[in-house]
Amino acid sequence: MMTLKKRRRIQIIVLAFAALGVATVLIGYALQDGINYFRSPTQVTEAPPPSSEKFRIGGLVSENSLRTIGDASVTFSVTDGNATVPVIYVGMLPDLFEEGQGMIGLGSFVDGTFLATEILAKHDENYMPAEVIDALEAQGVYQGGRQDPNQSEDTKNGAGNDS
Amino acid sequence: MKRFLIFLPLCVAIAIGLAGWWGLNPDRDPGSVPSALIGQPVPVFDLPAIEGIGVSGLSTQDFTDASGPILVNVFASWCVPCRAEHAVLTRMVREDGLVLVGINYKDKPDAAAAWLTELGNPYDRIGSDETGRAGIEWGISGVPETFVIDTNGIVVFRYVGPITSDAALANIRKALAQAGADKP
Amino acid sequence: MIPEIGQFALTLALMTAVVQGILPIWGAARNNAVWMRSATSTAFLQCILIAIAFGALMRSFVVSDFTVLNVVENSHSLKPMLFKVAGTWGSHEGSLLLWTLILAAFGAAVALLGQNIPTSLKARTLSVQAWISIGFLSFMLFTSNPFDRIFPAPLDGNDLNPLLQDVGLAMHPPLLYIGYVGFSIVFSFAVAALIEGRVDPAWARWVRPWTLAAWVALTGGIALGSWWAYYELGWGGWWFWDPVENVSFMPWLLGTALLHSAVVTEKRGAFKSWTILLAILTFSLSLLGTFIVRSGLLTSVHAFAVDPERGIYILGLLVVSIGGSLTLYAIRAPKMDPGGLFAPVSREGGLLINNLLLALATATVLFGTLYPLFLEAVTGDKISVGPPFFNASFIPIMLPLVIVMGVGPFLSWKRADLPGVFDRLKWVMAITLIAALVVWYVQTKGPALAVLSMAIAVWLLLATLREWSLRIKLGQVGFGESLDRLRRVPRSSHGMTLAHAGLAVCMFGFIGSSAWKSEEVLFVEPGTQIEIAGFDVTFEGTERVQGPNYVAAVGVLRVSRNGREVTVLRPERRTYPVAQSQTTEAAIRSTPAGDLYASITEPANQDMDGKWTLRILYEPLVGLVWLGSLMLVLGGLTSLTDRRLRVGTPKRKTAVAPLPIVGE
Repeated sequence: MMTLKKRRRIQIIVLAFAALGVATVLIGYALQDGINYFRSPTQVTEAPPPSSEKFRIGGLVSENSLRTIGDASVTFSVTDGNATVPVIYVGMLPDLFEEGQGMIGLGSFVDGTFLATEILAKHDENYMPAEVIDALEAQGVYQGGRQDPNQSEDTKNGAGNDS
Repeated sequence: MKRFLIFLPLCVAIAIGLAGWWGLNPDRDPGSVPSALIGQPVPVFDLPAIEGIGVSGLSTQDFTDASGPILVNVFASWCVPCRAEHAVLTRMVREDGLVLVGINYKDKPDAAAAWLTELGNPYDRIGSDETGRAGIEWGISGVPETFVIDTNGIVVFRYVGPITSDAALANIRKALAQAGADKP
Repeated sequence: MIPEIGQFALTLALMTAVVQGILPIWGAARNNAVWMRSATSTAFLQCILIAIAFGALMRSFVVSDFTVLNVVENSHSLKPMLFKVAGTWGSHEGSLLLWTLILAAFGAAVALLGQNIPTSLKARTLSVQAWISIGFLSFMLFTSNPFDRIFPAPLDGNDLNPLLQDVGLAMHPPLLYIGYVGFSIVFSFAVAALIEGRVDPAWARWVRPWTLAAWVALTGGIALGSWWAYYELGWGGWWFWDPVENVSFMPWLLGTALLHSAVVTEKRGAFKSWTILLAILTFSLSLLGTFIVRSGLLTSVHAFAVDPERGIYILGLLVVSIGGSLTLYAIRAPKMDPGGLFAPVSREGGLLINNLLLALATATVLFGTLYPLFLEAVTGDKISVGPPFFNASFIPIMLPLVIVMGVGPFLSWKRADLPGVFDRLKWVMAITLIAALVVWYVQTKGPALAVLSMAIAVWLLLATLREWSLRIKLGQVGFGESLDRLRRVPRSSHGMTLAHAGLAVCMFGFIGSSAWKSEEVLFVEPGTQIEIAGFDVTFEGTERVQGPNYVAAVGVLRVSRNGREVTVLRPERRTYPVAQSQTTEAAIRSTPAGDLYASITEPANQDMDGKWTLRILYEPLVGLVWLGSLMLVLGGLTSLTDRRLRVGTPKRKTAVAPLPIVGE
């Protein structure tokens, strides 16, 4: 009886490890195209990534750079104060998208242009770390952090093509 | 074998805890866009003064002619954390005797004037950046933000968010000391 | 005055929790019945005190008391009443208060309903629950007090983010929290059992209703959140694999595993240490979610403010609760008796596979969610893990699970007759094959995986219905007798049927709306015509509408099909002057076959004068996502009403002799 129990236990452990192995393989496979590096316009201009790579670019939308092309595309430039990269995007710009504001785009760099498949606008111009609450006792204003689960849904306040 | 398996969840939890602890480092900003301005000269800009508060405006000229390091603080009356930071800056000016200039970002001049009248004005000069144009030149991504400029007009340090923690304050003091070391 | 009462009540609640955390468990160790019973009254008292605090905060919101900082930051006198009330939990502090209220309410519910739970187990459980309360109450009082005052009081508030002024979203956090926090009681039960050194089928039976209740609430919360994202964000998606979604999804996955493993522990006395581990991990993941969301550790683009003090406090709570419970587990678990033996092909075996796959799926989601943090810590590279990762790793784990789900309910305990099961399922297999061929023939685009997934969903639905019909002998005996059997079958088994069928329905929605959706994005002027998924859409221009605290531009889209007018879609673009922000209100025409979904935004700059950006989508079957979720919730509720699960009912007469677990 005991030996059967032991054998069953070993079978379960072996099965668990086999499944873990399969999961590891799946994760490794999924990591090949499931992750996106973050690059600044400076990094993109200095070392352009291959056009096959999907990555995220972040910076400010240059003033007076937003234009439309054709039926549905928009183009604008994204800058980090040092380098500027032109962006083309087909789709709806998010609510908070504005010239002079921060943005993050997901896409690839082809022939000197960033072809975005997804654009997210940076949310808010306030920074609010917690020590501030203490510092504020005297003057007393405090803005809730923007990370409540109910609020954090606005992380998705962007436009793009989910899959 | 079984012993090891029993401890596995604990080990995974510890690894996640360590990563979380690392991630809480106050200097780490998960959404930060690296500043390209560090090591570069102050950008070209020229901002008018805010009427009625008695200090002049701010332009690139003010940094190239400077005799010591300058602390640049980007603030706005609508920005709540700026209020907290204001007290820290005022104390720094009083105790350290540094030169502090302000960029009043995307703010209405009368609102800014009222804010400064209420809280006091620690700034030697304030440029009114109503359109946010100079903010772009400086590459800021939010308010407040603080820069240290050395005597040659080069941006040597950037701090994102309100300077309210001791660590932040220490970093800024260190940057100021280094920036001033070139020309004592 | 009222806010001070709230503050005072909160402080008293903390003291009560300290008493509740010490006295009963000490009493249990010394076998002092009076001390153990004190848990009941302290649990009630604590719940009442926190409810008073919550009421005080809610009152401040309702009367717009702008001397309270939290109200200033999250409300406005012009806001509709419903959202004033919802503002109570709209902020960080308020949501924490809601958290602790639910925590205390669960404690009080156990005190009230758990009358048949042995006194010592109940005392220990309530003490453990009080420790969690102490952690969160002190966190609130020391770092994020909701009752902080502001002097001088401003004339009006800053308004709640308009995106959040929505009924669905107002209800989303409470439900989600009931789910998260509900697992705390299961956690407390598990820790109490470890301290006591006894885990037996009776323990599993006491734990199951709480697990089920938490699971139902979490399912509802997640579904409501995705529904909100679907109609409010204006781009037609309902799940984005965003870290914030993932942290609510992981407890759901593990909670589902727990629900099933607890059945095995209850019925067969097996999987004991695994069930305990799942109970601990499920709540740990809820805490991890709170930590990630509160500290801004991962909150993608909007996480400007990393909040070290709060983060470190919650991390401390995590270390104590998760580290402590897992250490206790590591010490006690090896002494547990492995329990009933079973053949590989059996109900136990099926549930083992269920648990294994759900745990693996959770692990992949956890990995994808935390990988950016680990990579940044090790190499400094900043990356994001996107939907492709999750689709490639999560889906291949879930599909086999769904296949097994179809067979599982047919398997008998201990040893099952697999050929016999397949014999009963032969027609189901045949119909599934035909359905797969039909789908493959009908669909013109989309990946092959969609056809396979669709077939698997059909398989699950039919197999579930087949099992149900066999159970009530539909067609084998007279209809009247079938009806009679329908009444006599335990509700928990109806619940299972409903939930399993619900998952199949959800899958139809997932697949239809992701694999076969059509989408157009373009600039439109009055008169522009678009053709999408067989609909002809004409943009006629925009109208201005004044709302209570916003102004809106409403686009008018005339939709016709084959020359016959179908509907007029009116997507809105709202501007909230006080909060200085804008939202997109999508217009949706829902039919069972699919949704036609439109949203507009104004010209992005001057040279696009008069042109609006229109996004129009056709999402087949998307409504089934929420219909299926509703079925999952109803299935859970049906099970919850099962006599055997109802807490407080006397023990069944044929109680399985409690399998002794070696104590210390």
